[in-house]
This record gives sequence, C-alpha cells and structure tokens, in this order.
Amino acid sequence: MSVEIKVSGQTVTAFIKGDIDHHTAGEMRRLIDNSIDLNTPSLLSLDFSGVSFMDSSGIGLVMGRYRNLSKYGGSLRITGAGEQIYKVMKLAGLEKLAILEK
Amino acid sequence: MTAVNKFSMNMMSKSANEGFARAAVSAFVSQLDPTLEEINDIKTAVSEAVTNCIVHAYKEGYGKIYISAEIFDNKSVKITVRDKGCGIENVNKAMEPLFTTVGGERAGLGFAVMQSFMDNVKVRSKIGKGTTVVMEKRISLRYSANAQK
Ligand SMILES: Nc1ncnc2c1ncn2[C@@H]1O[C@H](COP(=O)(O)OP(=O)(O)OP(=O)(O)O)[C@@H](O)[C@H]1O
Ligand SMILES: [Mg+2]
Repeated sequence: MSVEIKVSGQTVTAFIKGDIDHHTAGEMRRLIDNSIDLNTPSLLSLDFSGVSFMDSSGIGLVMGRYRNLSKYGGSLRITGAGEQIYKVMKLAGLEKLAILEK
Repeated sequence: MTAVNKFSMNMMSKSANEGFARAAVSAFVSQLDPTLEEINDIKTAVSEAVTNCIVHAYKEGYGKIYISAEIFDNKSVKITVRDKGCGIENVNKAMEPLFTTVGGERAGLGFAVMQSFMDNVKVRSKIGKGTTVVMEKRISLRYSANAQK
C-alpha cells in the first residue's frame, strides 16, 4: 500500500497503489487528507491505475474525501479504475460525486 | 446437486487477514475455471463479509472468523462466513443499501455489494451469539479440462 501525492497548481493528484480494503483504507485516508489540508486543491484527482482490488472500504474512502472537498467547493476526479473497481464504484453511484474517467 | 469439494478454515479477526481470506477463497474456487469477473465478484463479496466480522461483530476486540466454501457438481459455489460476535438486531434493516451503524468512513454498502455480486445471499444472526452469511454463485460453463475432477 502506498499513496504518492503530486501537486500541480490547483490540482492535487493522489496515485494510490495496492489493495483498498478496511486494512489499508485508514492510512490512505490520512495521507490524502494531509494534502487536502495543506493545499486545499480545487481539484483532487485520485489515480486508481495502481489499485488491484477495492471493496466498500474504498467507497467510504472516496465519499469521505468528497465530503472534505465539498466543504470548500473543491471537486473530485477518479481515473484509471480497472474493471473490478469500476463495478464497485458504479454500484455505489460514485459517478454522481466525481468525474469518473475509466 | 451434490457437493464435490469443500474447504474450511478459521482465522483471527485481524484486518491484516482480509487479503488472505479473499486470496484463499478465490484460489479454492479457481478449480471451477471461473472468468476473471466471476473470481473478482467472489473476492469482493468475501472481503465484505469478512470485514463485517472484524469491524462490527468483534468491534470490542478479537474473535474467530470461520470461513468455508463448497463446490457442487453443477459448477456452483457456496461460501459461508461465520462469527461468534455481537449479532445483528434487525437483519433486513442491516441489509438495506446505505444502512450503517458506524458513521464517518463506512458507506453502508457491504451487503449491497454481496447481493449484487453473488446470486444468493442469506444472513442468519442472533444477538450475543453471532452471524452467519451464506453466499452462492453459479460459475459459467466453459470448456475446461480440469473442472470438477
Ligand atoms: N457480522 C456482523 N456482526 C454484527 N453486525 C453486522 C455484521 N455484518 C453487518 N453488521 C451490521 O450491518 C450493518 C450494514 O453492514 P454493511 O456491510 O452493509 O455496511 P457497513 O459495514 O456499515 O459499511 P461498508 O460495508 O460499506 O463499509 C453494519 O453497519 C452493522 O451494523
Ligand atoms: Mg460492511
């Protein structure tokens, strides 16, 4: 599990790697929230191309970050989600909260 | 429909075991030659059921999680995840999408994922005794030399 953060202008991109489950989600949340607090980005882009598996803990992770961004009007984008992850995201209706780019 | 193979195991309710549980069940089911999507559906459903034992059933500490899987001659699989934790007061309500007793970072979608990714999900629970989740899925018929031997 790792989260690599890149800041470019008003955009923060978080490159998430590994499985997202209840075991890993807490630390991922901490790392992403640190950079939201530090940069208050207008766009948070979550890059899922390094994520091999995600369950509903990942949905909680995305929804929680959406809530934090919404507090000040920031928006959320999700990129690089593979088939399994996309299926879980669609079930949760995450396309209503974030720009979902496959 | 008769059972042709079975495995069972138990493990401590540590979050580090979530990945292990998914991997163990999916490795067992792989003898049915499932598609990648079918194996991912099963992995996700198992992860939900096991995580619920860790997060909810044994929220006060640690306990044992009992996992078993049975394969039937019609290429279906039945997975059972059982705990001896706190139990669920109202199972029907708990299974409603977005229902959660833990605020904050939980979406309340675990049961919705299990129901959508598996063909059949049954939950039995008793307060103070524990919870049993039984999930069934048919694996598609494909040409395969190894299946069901
Ligand atoms: N094994 C269990 N023991 C006790 N209570 C449980 C168990 N499984 C589920 N529950 C109860 O059912 C509720 C709904 O479970 P579900 O998995 O759908 O959502 P969640 O776990 O709260 O959130 P998410 O799975 O999206 O992270 C839980 O909040 C919990 O109260
Ligand atoms: Mg759950």
